[in-house]
Amino acid sequence: MIYYLALAALLFAIGLFGVMTRRNAIGILMSLELMFNAANINFVTFNHYLGGNGMAGQLFALFIVVVAAAEATIGLAIVLLIYRNWRGIDADNVSIMKW
Amino acid sequence: MEAVQPNVGFVFGLFAAIIITAALLVVTLKNMFHCALALIVCLSGVAGIFVLLHAEFLAAVQVLIYVGAVCILIIFSVMLTSNLASRQIVQTNQNALVAGFASLMFGGGALLLLKMHNIWPQAGPALPDDNVMTIGKLLMTDYMLPFEVISVLMLAAMIGAIVLARGESS
Repeated sequence: MIYYLALAALLFAIGLFGVMTRRNAIGILMSLELMFNAANINFVTFNHYLGGNGMAGQLFALFIVVVAAAEATIGLAIVLLIYRNWRGIDADNVSIMKW
Repeated sequence: MEAVQPNVGFVFGLFAAIIITAALLVVTLKNMFHCALALIVCLSGVAGIFVLLHAEFLAAVQVLIYVGAVCILIIFSVMLTSNLASRQIVQTNQNALVAGFASLMFGGGALLLLKMHNIWPQAGPALPDDNVMTIGKLLMTDYMLPFEVISVLMLAAMIGAIVLARGESS
């Protein structure tokens, strides 16, 4: 079990690195997907080893997948809108909400 | 089921290596299109991990939704923003060092915690074999309300994406 948890922790750390270093908004979204998957691995691992006969962990992972899909949809729509307005999707340049 | 037990460690190692390598490629490659392809490999590896954990339905969902839908969506966006995908421009910002240090601290700390509190069981109880049937029954009984809420969320996301991406042409 510890190997699965270690894998999830490494995947989450890699996703964290990607979120912090990417300039491209699509790159940030891809790194977010990595972090979602790390969380999902954790849920399914705990469900398998400590969940008894229950399925709650897998159902939560299922709901996370759906929420991640919705998040990707909205995020990419916003990225396209930013691209249309700024001719670029550099996340550092989009600062009109900052003052 | 016992006959395949000795190979599980090897298969897990293979999938873990694939996942970590592909994830590193996702966050380091310069061409965004290649990043999207590496993301597909990584998510397929996670589906394999789910199969190892006896979550076959979730593995199928992972392949269908992530590899089939989300990655295609990401590739579409990369292509639509083509002037960023085609050129080899710098895709990372200046805090790569700090970010690397922070994620190393996080990953190392998590691994250290796992190692220090080694209370995790080696093997789990056998899960019911009819994975899909159990999940379907639970979704229709105990998890009815979350299921409906997530459906409404999906519908709202769909409508929101259409409204956002359509622009001001109306």
